[in-house]
Parts: sequence; structure tokens; C-alpha cells
Amino acid sequence: MRKSTFKAPSMWLCLSLLLLFLFLPAVLQRFYTYILAVIFVTSLLAMSLNMVVGHGGLFQFHHGVFYGVGAYAFALMITKAGFPMWLAFIASPLVAAATGFLIGWFCVRLTSLYFGMLQISLGSLIWALAFRWYSLTNGDDGIHGIPVPDVISSTTSSYYFIFLFFVLGILVMYVIHMSPFGTTMQAIRDNPARCSAIGINVRRHQLLAIVIAAFFAGVAGVLFVVLERSVFPDLLFWVLSLEIFIMCLLGGWFTFLGPVVGAAITVSLRTFVGVYTEYWTFILGILLILLIFFLPEGVMGFFTRKFRKGRGQEAASARGLHAES
Amino acid sequence: MLKVERVYKSFDGFLAVSGAELTVEQGQLVAVIGPNGAGKTTLFNLITGMLKPDRGRVVFKGEDISKLPPHDICRRGIARSFQIANIFPRLTVFKNVQVAVLSQQGRSRGLFRPASGMAIDETNAILETVGLMEKADYLAGSISHGDHRILEIAIALGNQPRMLILDEPTAGMSPDETAATMALIKRLAETQGLTILFCEHDMDVVFNTAQSIMVMHYGKTIIQAKPEEVRGNKDVQEAYLGGEEDA
Repeated sequence: MRKSTFKAPSMWLCLSLLLLFLFLPAVLQRFYTYILAVIFVTSLLAMSLNMVVGHGGLFQFHHGVFYGVGAYAFALMITKAGFPMWLAFIASPLVAAATGFLIGWFCVRLTSLYFGMLQISLGSLIWALAFRWYSLTNGDDGIHGIPVPDVISSTTSSYYFIFLFFVLGILVMYVIHMSPFGTTMQAIRDNPARCSAIGINVRRHQLLAIVIAAFFAGVAGVLFVVLERSVFPDLLFWVLSLEIFIMCLLGGWFTFLGPVVGAAITVSLRTFVGVYTEYWTFILGILLILLIFFLPEGVMGFFTRKFRKGRGQEAASARGLHAES
Repeated sequence: MLKVERVYKSFDGFLAVSGAELTVEQGQLVAVIGPNGAGKTTLFNLITGMLKPDRGRVVFKGEDISKLPPHDICRRGIARSFQIANIFPRLTVFKNVQVAVLSQQGRSRGLFRPASGMAIDETNAILETVGLMEKADYLAGSISHGDHRILEIAIALGNQPRMLILDEPTAGMSPDETAATMALIKRLAETQGLTILFCEHDMDVVFNTAQSIMVMHYGKTIIQAKPEEVRGNKDVQEAYLGGEEDA
């Protein structure tokens, strides 16, 4: 009963979604293919944040930094250092992970809000670097027209490239989520003091979680460059970090795929409402207020709960137990 | 096995523990009693590294552990439960215990293999021992108060400790639950050879169960002796039994 990690229905759902997204570019207009790719990149970023927020209980307030560092590292390696694209692709997430280690090393010494505030401060330093160091980063102009190989230069081919790494990323995150480390991080989220009482070095686990999350944020950053061919300091700005935080909240902290839903909602709003009014964040705000009142566990959390309730009662009655409320 | 040597701890000038002493021999079932605020929980926090003593030493198996962080002390074989249920509410009962077993096995940093196949037998054995098997798949936050308290002990057992420290294991329990819990504690001591140190409010419970009793008052150790001796001791009667009625 405890062993099945993949349930048959969700397996079929995943497979059909996979096929759907593989075929969609064939029928969609280029713009919509592009938007889907944006959603994948953003989802991967939000998922990486949720690894430490929803499943780790950390106040990761400036996760965008690792995304930006990944993107900038990629851009600089290609334009300034002349690295081959594939080497840059592997190295950039590692740079993001190293940044995660550096910032995390200081942050895990603090807890809750203090952790978050320190992270914003340290992250803002990196933003300031990108913003001011004109000779290296072009400052607030950013770097544009970053060359990528022909195979992934069209919208459709970059879509497939991004989709591939999005799926791979999610699979690896899922494996980590289900691993002893993933379980232990959830325990740390629920109760760090108790974790240290059962022999877990809480800080070291948190640091490792930040490094892993930063790595995946770095992957998302690289994918962003593949799609947009440019980087700019906004990628490292705290506003973006807040935005992905909201995506996790929207989709549901405590579900695995919640952030994907949150990212899809946010990107869609920005794209389709943003066409009509600059105040699309106003709609997002209203949505958030409604959400907090009516679906405090997020969209995905709400559905998971409904689903699980049905299943839980079935299982309980099968074993002759009454489900407790 | 465990020796607490004249430890002191103050909070903002308030002396919570002042020169407490305690000896626990291997295999013993030892109780710490004392009125509310006598410093029992603080003493336990000092032993398990949640707090660091201002003065004095805590020696476990000949090693001074008073400066070690909690997770290192746990690795040396001391596991504890808490007075206020201190569990992982969003994990299932099974996972609550499994996390402790994984930590004890040094596998909690494993990244690429599913936890669902690990430490299954050990975890099930513990749930069986404490009688929580039926609730294994419930979210820990949803089970009853009495079960929370039992889960507390089960998590501590997950570390496969040499010594178990229980902070008021029966707090808030009904008389039936209290009896069942004390029976469980006795059974653990007898069948698994565990050394157990616990503190308790209920006097009957203590005198029926413990082999050695340490009485604390205002952070000091008044006496540590066998139950009969403690019962007859003048200072104890004055400080504890006669001085203050338990509501």
C-alpha cells in the first residue's frame, strides 16, 4: 500500500500530456508555441523554488538570483569567453549552484524571516553587480543577440529543446522529492527542532537543498537564454523572486506540480490580460486575494485534497476503519 | 551511563537549573519529579543539547557531551520525546518514524533512490511495538492527542537509542491512556533493555514504575534514591508532597 509511488491514472495522465505537448507546436501558431515555452521555463524555475519553500520550509525570498546567475553565466560564457554552447550549458547551472552554496552558507545560520532578509540583501549585491558592471555585463542594457546553434534557433526547435529539459528537470526533482533527502526536508519544514533531536544536521540539509534548488533555477536561466537570446538585470531583481513565490502560492505549496499550475496562470495572465491593460497585476492581485480566502492550499492543493479525500475514505472503509476528520 | 554533574542554567538572571545532579545506570528506569517550574524540562534540554549549560558537565558513557549540538548527541545514542507534541504534522505517521530511522541509518542525504523502499521493516516494527500500525497512513496532524504522545515516543525509538529521555510522556492523557503508556514504557525497558529517563507529574505513576527517583526543587537536586527512600525523605515531603498540592 505504501510502495506505489506512481498511480496508474496519473501515469496515463502524464503520458497523454506528454504526447499533447509534443504535438501542439504542429498545430499552434508560433506565438502560442513561444508562450508555452515561456511557461515551461517559468514552471521549472517555480518548481525549483518550491523544492525549498513548499517542501523545505525555507524563506527563500530571492530565488530569482540563481535564475539570473544561470542566465548571465551562460550569456557571458558564450559571448565573452567563447565557450562552446554545450559546455556553457553544463557549466552555467553549476555556477548557479555554487552561488547557491555561497549565499546559502550564510543564510542557513539564520532562521525564518532573518534568513529571507539576508538572502534578499546578498542577492541584491549580485543584482547590483550585473546592473553596474558595464564592461562585463553591459549594465542595465543587458546582453542581446546571444548566438545559439542553428538546431535550436527556431521557435519550434527551441520549444522542443526546452520541453525536453523541462521534463528531465521535473523527473529528477521528483526522484529527489521521493528520496530520503526529500522526505527529510519535508520533516525539517514541519519541525526543524525535532529533526535535530533525531540526529539530523538541519543546516547542512538546508544548505544542500538550496544548492540543488539553485542548480535547477540555473537550468531554467539557461533555457531562458535559449528562448530569448538575451539577458538583463531584471532577471536578478527581487520583483521576479516575489513573482515566482506567488506562483508557488497560487499553485499550492504542498503539492509537487502546483508551481507549474501557478506559473501557467501567471504567464497566461501577463500575456493575455497584459495585451489589454498594463494593470494585469491588478487581476493577479484580485486572484490572489480570492485564492487566500477560498483556496488557501492553492489550486493544485485544492484538487489534490478533493481527490485524496475520496481515496482516503475508500481505503479506510476497505480496512474497516472510520476516516477521522 | 549518564552523569549530570552540577549543571547551572539561567535565563535573564532567573536560575532555572542550579547545580542539578543526576546519575543513570545502564538499563535503569529513572524518573525526575518536582513541582511545576522545578527545572525538569530545562534539565532535559541541557542533557540533549537543546540548551548549553552555563556551568557543569553532562557526561554520557565517559564523554563530556555538554557542548555538542543536538544532532551529535542523538548520534551518540540519546533520543528524546517532548512535552508538547513535537511531530511532523504534514507527514504520515509512518513517515514520521521513517525519517528518524533513515537518519539513524545515515541515509537521510540519499538523493536518487526512492525512500518508499527504505527502512520499511524497522519502521513497521516500531509502529507495531507502540501500537500505531493501524494509523500508519494517516497524516500525523490528524490523529488524536493520545496518539500524538505515543508517536512522540515512536519517533524517538526510530533512532534506535541506547537511552530514551521522555519529557512527561503522559501529559494530557486520560487515566486509561496513561496506564497503557506507562505499560509501554516498562515493556520497552524490559524487553529492549533500554535505559529510560523520564519526568512525570503523576506521583502514583512515578512510584509504581521508576527504579530510581530524582527530586528537583527550584532547579536543585534534593535527592536521588530508590522510591521507598524518597517517599520517606523529610525534605522531599516538605518541598514537594506537603508544600504544594497538585491541581
